[in-house]
Amino acid sequence: MSADRADRGRGIRASLQRWYAMFVKELIQLRRDRITFATMIFIPLAQLLLFGYAINTDPRNLPTVVLVQDDSLFSRSFMSAMRASKYFDITHVATTEDEVDSLLLAGKVQFALQIPANFGRDLIRGERPALLVIADATDPSATGGAVAALQGLTASVFSRDLVGPAASLNGKPAPFELRIHRRFNPAGETRLNIVPGLMGTILTLTMLIFTALSVTREIERGTMENLLSMPINPVEIMLGKIAPYVLIGALQMALILVAAFWLFSVPMVGSLMTLIGLSVLFIINNLSIGYTFSTIASNQLQAMQMSFLFFLPNLLLSGFMFPFRGMPDWAQFIGEILPLTHFLRITRGVMLKGAGLGDLQWDFAALVLFMLAAMGVAVARFRQTLD
Amino acid sequence: MIAAAPGPKSEIAIDVTKLNKSFDGRSVVRDLTMQVRRGLIYGFLGPNGSGKTTTLRMLCGLLTPDSGQGTCLGYDIRKQTKEIKRHVGYMTQKFSLYADLSIRENLEFVARVHDLPKPREAARRAIERLGLGNRADQLAGDLSGGWKQRLALGACILPEPQLLLLDEPTAGVDPKARRDFWDEIHKLAADGLTVLVSTHYMDEAERCHEIAYIAYGDLLAVGTVDEVIASAHLANWIVTGDALADLAVELRKRVGVDMVAPFGSSLHVVGRDRAKLDAATADLRASDQHKWLRGEATLEDVFIDLMGRSKDNFA
Repeated sequence: MSADRADRGRGIRASLQRWYAMFVKELIQLRRDRITFATMIFIPLAQLLLFGYAINTDPRNLPTVVLVQDDSLFSRSFMSAMRASKYFDITHVATTEDEVDSLLLAGKVQFALQIPANFGRDLIRGERPALLVIADATDPSATGGAVAALQGLTASVFSRDLVGPAASLNGKPAPFELRIHRRFNPAGETRLNIVPGLMGTILTLTMLIFTALSVTREIERGTMENLLSMPINPVEIMLGKIAPYVLIGALQMALILVAAFWLFSVPMVGSLMTLIGLSVLFIINNLSIGYTFSTIASNQLQAMQMSFLFFLPNLLLSGFMFPFRGMPDWAQFIGEILPLTHFLRITRGVMLKGAGLGDLQWDFAALVLFMLAAMGVAVARFRQTLD
Repeated sequence: MIAAAPGPKSEIAIDVTKLNKSFDGRSVVRDLTMQVRRGLIYGFLGPNGSGKTTTLRMLCGLLTPDSGQGTCLGYDIRKQTKEIKRHVGYMTQKFSLYADLSIRENLEFVARVHDLPKPREAARRAIERLGLGNRADQLAGDLSGGWKQRLALGACILPEPQLLLLDEPTAGVDPKARRDFWDEIHKLAADGLTVLVSTHYMDEAERCHEIAYIAYGDLLAVGTVDEVIASAHLANWIVTGDALADLAVELRKRVGVDMVAPFGSSLHVVGRDRAKLDAATADLRASDQHKWLRGEATLEDVFIDLMGRSKDNFA
């Protein structure tokens, strides 16, 4: 009996027993913590689905505007050949060059095709007229495939139209000149696209986490009881918690901007003030969303996981990592309801294209909407009593 | 018992009727009715989990009662929580100021939340009054238990409330700090502040003007200390001598003996019915092995008896 007692707690069996006790305890706790459990399942699943289906670095059906100043057989043939390539989707028909420019600035189209006046006549005359294609090359990988397809078209596009006396124009070289302008990022440098995007991505992650922890921390440390017993209301608490981080966010943004200019030589085509103003809005947006998570989660770990759960689609579906137009419709739809998507359009638009507030009004409106929605949910969710 | 004197409303600081609160179907406070007059130190006693904290939280608007109504300083505890929060100081059981803020920063925070004019000045005065001058810039989390409690009280009274709700304020605090704390409470009460304080300590209960005993959600006794003791009608013998442990075992078996508790070198033998207790112990008192003396029931005897009874009721 006494020997038995001395042996208790020693040996592999006892060790396994302790391990098992721990294992069961953890399992029970995990089962009770539904949100943690759900995120653990959902994150890998989401990654798998997103990486597997959403990513397409050779996007098709890119929105294209055409400005046709020559109503000839050749114009129509060229447009139908573009459509047939599957890379282009003619979504807009412009009548002036200004119209084309504003569509490109607002990011509504990726390509513009301009067929100059007398194109058909000059072609028949063998004068090799020029066709102008403007590509929004902000994101070089989004346009690469389409530009290559376009160049492949030139040799054969008019072979069936060139009959009779014009048949001699068939063959090489093509009877016209294809001029491709890579607008906004002529050298097709990826970093020009990545750096403004990175600004949004970094701000999203850091801002989310700052506020995501704020309410749960009060609850976990027991300070919430004291806070609630004092005359302060949820809106005051929320805004008071968000405000300091707006300053931190502005500081972060300043650092990134300095790095963008000095290290990566990213141009600042548009107005710096517009960019700063919209960035502050974006910062408040993410802080509000983080704060909302904080009011929903019951502990800091949950709040962290919810932040990452939100960050992941921002990273993958906003157009930061992969060309937005390369994603399937459902992924683009999700992308449209993420603040980073709109902020990327803003940063790339302002820094690379020189877009102004007027060009970006929809993205601005979306950010305001998201911010108000997040704050509304947070205030509604905030528990004013300990019930 | 407080006579249900329907005096002018301003004379009553807390007036609640039939408050009920349950969590997940478990009743924590049951039909609690109580009145506390202004300017009194009112002790709130009861075992752990008896509903003291829940009651205090309902009084200061941190919890909504399931049913029942009442007023705190004349404000409706359901509808006027904003006003209550402005005029009631609530000191939580667990230290709930910010550990990562200094004493000064905490007090300035409280002063600002309460929208006091010149919050820095108010905090500075509070630090002086609390005798925390040389620690003002120390982090609250680094303070000892006694200083934390002193700071928490200081933060509570900073906005000059009319009512203080203190939830076991002296738990884990040394006797000297406890005495200082109670001196401060009495000073505040003398200035007209009403204090409702929950505690486990009997000596603290005796420092209150009136006490209420709550157990498992029910209010069991109310009144001054003497009234509560008298209303319990406990008979008490104090036994001294050898082999008290064996005697205790023997006594516990006897009908009429309701409680046997060792106190140092003596044994308290308590019965709810004097005649039955005397009859049950007659043979033992006759033997000269132990010395038997009639004693006065103490508050602790009363409480342990009440606790035992309420357990019987809800077993």
